[in-house]
Amino acid sequence: MSVGRQPQGSAQSAGSGLEASAEQVDSRLRGLATRAERLAGNVFILPTVLVILALSIFPLIVSLYLSLARFRFVRGGFELNFAGLANYRKLLFGSERSHFLGSLAEPSLLGWLIFIGVAVLLAYSIIRHVRSEAFSVGGLFWRVLAGIVTIVTVWLLIRSVGTEGRPGTLIITVIYVFVGIFFQYLIGLGLALLTTQRLPGRRFFRVVFLLPMMITPVGIAYMFRMLTDTDKGPFNPIWYAIGLGGTSWVNDPWGARAAVLIGDIWQWTPLMFIVLLAALEGQSIDQYEAALVDGANRVQVFWYVTLPQILPVSATIILIRMIEGFKIIDLPNVLTNGGPGTASESLTLQAFIFWRSLDLGGSAAIAYMLLIVVTLIGLAYFNLIHQSVAEGGI
Amino acid sequence: MIDKLFRSKTPFHPSPAIMAVSYVLLGFWAFVVLFPLYWLVVTSLKLPIQVIQGPYYLPYVDFEPDLHAWRYIFFDLRNDTIRPYINTVVVSLASSILALLFGMAASYGLVRFEYRPRLGAILTGIGCIALAIVAINFGAPWQVAVVAAIAVFLILLQAIGRRFERALGNNDIAFWMISTRMLPPVAVVLPIYILFQQLGLLDTRTALIVTYLAVNLPLVVWLMRDYFQTIPVELEECAAIDGASRYRIFWSIVLPLSIPGLVATFLLVLVFAWNEYLLALFLSSANAQTMPLLVAAQNATRGPQWWYMSVIILIMILPVIAMAILLERYIARGLLVGAVKG
Repeated sequence: MSVGRQPQGSAQSAGSGLEASAEQVDSRLRGLATRAERLAGNVFILPTVLVILALSIFPLIVSLYLSLARFRFVRGGFELNFAGLANYRKLLFGSERSHFLGSLAEPSLLGWLIFIGVAVLLAYSIIRHVRSEAFSVGGLFWRVLAGIVTIVTVWLLIRSVGTEGRPGTLIITVIYVFVGIFFQYLIGLGLALLTTQRLPGRRFFRVVFLLPMMITPVGIAYMFRMLTDTDKGPFNPIWYAIGLGGTSWVNDPWGARAAVLIGDIWQWTPLMFIVLLAALEGQSIDQYEAALVDGANRVQVFWYVTLPQILPVSATIILIRMIEGFKIIDLPNVLTNGGPGTASESLTLQAFIFWRSLDLGGSAAIAYMLLIVVTLIGLAYFNLIHQSVAEGGI
Repeated sequence: MIDKLFRSKTPFHPSPAIMAVSYVLLGFWAFVVLFPLYWLVVTSLKLPIQVIQGPYYLPYVDFEPDLHAWRYIFFDLRNDTIRPYINTVVVSLASSILALLFGMAASYGLVRFEYRPRLGAILTGIGCIALAIVAINFGAPWQVAVVAAIAVFLILLQAIGRRFERALGNNDIAFWMISTRMLPPVAVVLPIYILFQQLGLLDTRTALIVTYLAVNLPLVVWLMRDYFQTIPVELEECAAIDGASRYRIFWSIVLPLSIPGLVATFLLVLVFAWNEYLLALFLSSANAQTMPLLVAAQNATRGPQWWYMSVIILIMILPVIAMAILLERYIARGLLVGAVKG
C-alpha cells in the first residue's frame, strides 16, 4: 500500500525545512521523525484494515462454499457435498421461489402505469446524464445499475403486492428497509431540529429520545409483543372501542408488517436522531448568524444553510441504516414469528429458519443473495448519491 | 401583542408560539418513547396472574405491586445475573474503546491521506487466501497453511504484485469496510464459531471483544469520516507549518475539535456491543454469557416470563442511560466548538 500526499503534505515538508535551518537537530533523530511521518498514512489505517480483514474474509469464503454445497448429517458427523448452484436455483426458480420472490400475479392497470412511469423516469435521467457535461463512463454505469435494480424491484413489487399476488421475503425486506428509513429519518431530523433550539428542558428530551436505541433488540421485540396484544396489552380499551377487541392484528398480513415496521421505527429513530443532532450541533454558527442577519426566515435558513451542512452525515447514516436494516430479524422473529404464513418474514429470518432446519446450504445462499442485493443497492447509492453529496461541495 | 408571540429575542431563542408547538411535538414523542418503558416497569411489579388477567395500569390503584420478580433476579439467581452483567460491561466497554481508537485513526487517514492499494496486490492476496483454504481442506494444519500463505503473498507481492498499475482509491477502501457488515450474522456466525474454536477462545470474553471490535470498526470509520471532513484543512496546515507532526496534529487539533462526533459514535458502538444477541449466542455458553442472552432465556418452556424479562431489560438500560446523561454534555458542546472555529 503506497501513500501519496495531499497538498498540506508539501506545506508541511516546507515547514520542517524551515525548522531545520533555524535550529540544529540531531540528524539521526530527524531521520527517524520524517520516517515516522512518511509512514503516518499507513500507521493510521493499517490496524483497522488488518482487524477487519482477519474477521471478514474467512466467513465470506466459508459461507460462499456453504452456499454451493449441500449439508447432511451422516454417521459420526456431517458431510458437505458440492452442489453447484442448486441452492440458488431453488430460490430463484425452484420450490422456494414463491417464498423468496413471492407468488407473482399479472399486474393491474395501475401497476402497469406505475411501472411505465418509473421506467420513463429512469430512462430520462440516464439520457440526461449522457447529454450533460458531467458525463462519465463510471457515472453512466452506476446509473444503469441503479436503474436496473430499481426497475426489477418495482416490477416485483407491483406484481406481488396486489390483491392476487403475495410478496416474498425479498420484497418484504425491501419494504421494511425503505419505509422504515423514510420515517426514521423524518422523525429523527424533526426531533433533532426541535432539540437544538434554546428550549428549557431540551436536555431531558434529548436523553429520553435516545432511550429506545439502548434496549436490546430482543427485548424490544418481546416488549412490542406485550404492547400489540389486543387482549392483555395496555391498548385493550382502544381496541375494544373500535370493535377490534380480542382479534389479533398480527393475524392480518399488512397488520403484521405494520407491527414490525412500527417496532423498527420506534427502535431506530434514535440512531438518526443522535447522529443528526451531533451534525446540527457541529455546524458552523457564523453562516447561520449571517443568514439571519441578512433577513432570511427559518425555512430559508434551514434549506440553504443547515441542510447542506448535514447532508453528508445524512447520506452516511442512511447508507448504514440501509445495510443494517436489510438484516432485520429479531422483530419479525419474536413479534410475529414471520407470520401469518410468511407474510412478515424478512430475508434474514428466512435464512435463520433454513439454518434451524439444518439446511445450511440454503441458508448461506439466502445470505449471499442478500449480500448481492445490498451490495448492488449500496454501490449504486454510494456512487450516485453519497459521493455527490459528500464531495460535491454543496 | 400578537406580533410579540412570533418574535424571538435572539436567533437561538425561539418565539413563544414556536416554543409551544415544539413542546407539544416533543411531549408527544416523549410519550411514545416512555410509555413502552413505563409498561416494562409496571409489568416487572406484577404477579404472573395480574399480567395474564389483562391490562392493569397503575400500581396501588389497579393492582398491588409486588417485588417478586426483582427478588428472583437479584437473590435467587444472584450469580447467574451478576456474571453476565459483568461480562456485558467488560466486553462492550473494551470493544467500543478499541473500536474508537482504531477507527478514528483509520477514518482520519481516509480523509487526509491518499491511499492507492494496487489491484494486483489485492488479487494476489485473495489468491493466497484461497490457496490456504484449499490446503486446509486437504488436511494441512491451519497454522502451517496460514504462515505459508502469508509467505507466498509477501514473495509474490515483491515479484509481480507491483507490476499491475491499476489501483483503488480511498472511497473503495471505505466501501469495502462497510460492506463487511452486509452479510447477515446468521451467515457469519458459523465460520466465526469455527475460527474461535480452532483458536481455543470459545466462551471467552476475548472472542466477543475481538468480534465486536471487527463488527463495529466500519461504523466508527464511516461516522468519524464525516466529522473529520468538516474540520477546516487550514487549521491543520497552520499546525504543520509550525512544525507539528501528523500524529501531533491528529491528537491535539483534530480530535479535540471532533469531540461531539466522537462521543456520539462511542455511544453508538457501545450500545451495539451492549445489546448484540446473535453472535453472543454462538460464541458464549456459560462463562462469557452476556445479558441479551439472559433476556431471551426468559422465554422458556413455560412461555415468556414477562415479569422476569422486564426486570432484566430494565437493569440492562439503566447504566446506558447514565452514560447517555453523562455524555450528552459533550454533544451539546459542539456549538461552542463551531463558534471557536469561525
